[in-house]
Amino acid sequence: MEVVKSFFETPEPARFTGIWSWLFTLDHKRIGLMYLYAIMFWFLVAVLLGGILRLELMFPGETVLSADLYNSAFTLHGVIMIFLFIIPALPAVFGNFFLPIHIGTDDVYFPKLNLLSWYLYMAGGVVAIFSLFSDGFADTGWTFYVPFSISTNTNVSTAVFAAFILGFSSMLTGLNFITTVHKMRDKAMGWLQIPLFTWSLYATAWVQLLATPVVTITLVLVMMERFFNVGLFDPARGGDPILYQHLFWMYSHPAVYIMILPGMGVISEIIPVFARKSIFGYKAIVASSLAIAIAGSLVWAHHMYTSGMSDTAVFVFSLLTFVVAIPSAIKVFSWVATLYKGAIQMTPPLFLSLCFIYLFSVGGLTGLVLGAAGANIHVHDTHFVVAHFHFTMFGGTGFAFFAALHYWWPKMFGRMYDFTKAYIAAILVTGGFMFHYVPMFILGLQGMPRRYYDYLPQYAGGNFFAGFGALFMILGIGLMMANLFASLRKKRDMESNPWGGVTLEWTIPSPPPLHNFVQKPKIMVYPYDFSGIVDTPANKSEGA
Amino acid sequence: MNDMINPVALVDRSFYFIIGFSFVFLFAITLVMIYFVIRYRRTRHPVPADIRGNWVLETAWVFIPTFIALAMFVSGWQAYTGLRNVPDDAMEIDVIAQSFSWIFIYANGKETENEILVPLNTPVKLNVTSADVIHSLFIPAFRVKVDAVKGINTYAWFLPEKTGQYFFQCTEFCGVGHADMTGVVEVVSKEEFDEWIQEDDEW
Repeated sequence: MEVVKSFFETPEPARFTGIWSWLFTLDHKRIGLMYLYAIMFWFLVAVLLGGILRLELMFPGETVLSADLYNSAFTLHGVIMIFLFIIPALPAVFGNFFLPIHIGTDDVYFPKLNLLSWYLYMAGGVVAIFSLFSDGFADTGWTFYVPFSISTNTNVSTAVFAAFILGFSSMLTGLNFITTVHKMRDKAMGWLQIPLFTWSLYATAWVQLLATPVVTITLVLVMMERFFNVGLFDPARGGDPILYQHLFWMYSHPAVYIMILPGMGVISEIIPVFARKSIFGYKAIVASSLAIAIAGSLVWAHHMYTSGMSDTAVFVFSLLTFVVAIPSAIKVFSWVATLYKGAIQMTPPLFLSLCFIYLFSVGGLTGLVLGAAGANIHVHDTHFVVAHFHFTMFGGTGFAFFAALHYWWPKMFGRMYDFTKAYIAAILVTGGFMFHYVPMFILGLQGMPRRYYDYLPQYAGGNFFAGFGALFMILGIGLMMANLFASLRKKRDMESNPWGGVTLEWTIPSPPPLHNFVQKPKIMVYPYDFSGIVDTPANKSEGA
Repeated sequence: MNDMINPVALVDRSFYFIIGFSFVFLFAITLVMIYFVIRYRRTRHPVPADIRGNWVLETAWVFIPTFIALAMFVSGWQAYTGLRNVPDDAMEIDVIAQSFSWIFIYANGKETENEILVPLNTPVKLNVTSADVIHSLFIPAFRVKVDAVKGINTYAWFLPEKTGQYFFQCTEFCGVGHADMTGVVEVVSKEEFDEWIQEDDEW
């Protein structure tokens, strides 16, 4: 490989050095890494908050947190995890870094807007911290249900304002990705030659752009109601609280697809590479991403079967919910079929991807219980729901994020982490995860509601076990992060294609140079054609 | 009375149908996945096949899951209609949720807080509303849950078929006392209930 300076050594714009070369950078890769550090920070904060919540729940009665502290803690855990971690995690870090490379270009279409969206993200985080030191963080849950969010004395306005700012960050990223894919794609790359991760980001970006304004407007309306007593949602002032729930979920349900679609995209990249075999059903996976983006925008009221909305609405939304399950099932089948007759090499990213498929399947299948109108009534707002969405969001998106970290780490930093520690961490996280969330399904079926800091004595057993699971999971996450960051002390010696991948990021040096491509990229007719891949040295030494 | 279908049975049937199928699916997909990873590991199977798709297979796994999903939907919808269609002869009780307790008002004006007494084998209809923020009445034993919203009247019904005590809880987050909004449904014989309902209110 010829000597090319990586983007770490070549700031853009070139006049800035040191910290300024990061804070004012227009390079999509540096912005991606700045997101990575900020997102990791918030993720670890929210993980620890979750651990404290679980500690409180290990024994009945008030133990480490009082009721109001517990309420603020779970709200903070939810707000951070949703708005500061899961929504931006994959698009803002790996999307920013790899989307332009995947389509053979040197940056996103609006680099300055890209930097602005990072600053909006940071501002949202700062506002969230700020609210902690004013009147105490909001105690409404991340859903901010009216009228409680209007009548409570805690600082709901600041928390809502933080979510408002973060919405803009998300919209700008979506806007940037859509324009980039349309305008900057290599001329030789047709729509059906785009890698699946980028396809999933493209589908996601439309949802980000179209659904986020709904929640932004809704949050403005909540603030107007709090500050100016406008009667929009509060029945005491002639408003309609169910209207709030509709508006909120009209964004927040599509938002779960904003969270999971890029995760599915990551898995669709990783599995073919380590099976050294084309993804099974490329077109079906693209179509299912688009189907999820469209159908997923039409199922929001399945969060509201008990809310008092009409039975007709329950019928329609329950039916549509089952329809949206199909494209997810198609993806799972395609991933497993990709493994058939492959030449499979076990590596930490593949291991995490397989864990993803299992955990996400559990999450998806328990979603069927929740989608069924009658069965939903019993488990709605119980720990069953808590377990379900952690299986999809953490077991799904979270594990896809871990897998993406392990898959693209050598490309982003030019260094390889230790495999043994990576496996141990992955097993700890997955095992702890099962121990942590499976008891919650049972607790939910027994009737334990969510958002309870204290509970009836019959729920003591399950909560006690779940606490141990949480401990193992947190230890695993700590080990995983330590292992990854420990690799940064090594020499930067990674060759361009350690795994044997065929998408464009594996044709350029690790880490990539400032303008990504040294020579004009060669676009393959079919994006997952592995016939040209021969065993690389790294495969021989690390594999088998 | 005995020909009345208790919606609890419908809800449970729907649940077992969905979860039963899900277990089969989950085990199948996991076993196949693990088998492929072991069978086609690179050391044993170094040359991969080039298979990019299969129309028959892909069509099959669109349509078969669609039919199964629709069957699940129907089972869920049947259970839901069971929960919504109140028998005509149901005994009505008004329920008012407030931060942080439940008030129950019987037809004759008798009021209770955080506990209700109901007669055996008589369908009970709860007319629910809230005095302040949103609460939700959840009686796990009867698979009943309905939000209490100020300005809106919602309802739920159940058929108590065994005497005993059944707990209920608030399931819509409502503030500091959310976890304390629990209470008990006590199912007693008709005679005992008639005696109790005639008693003077102690409060």
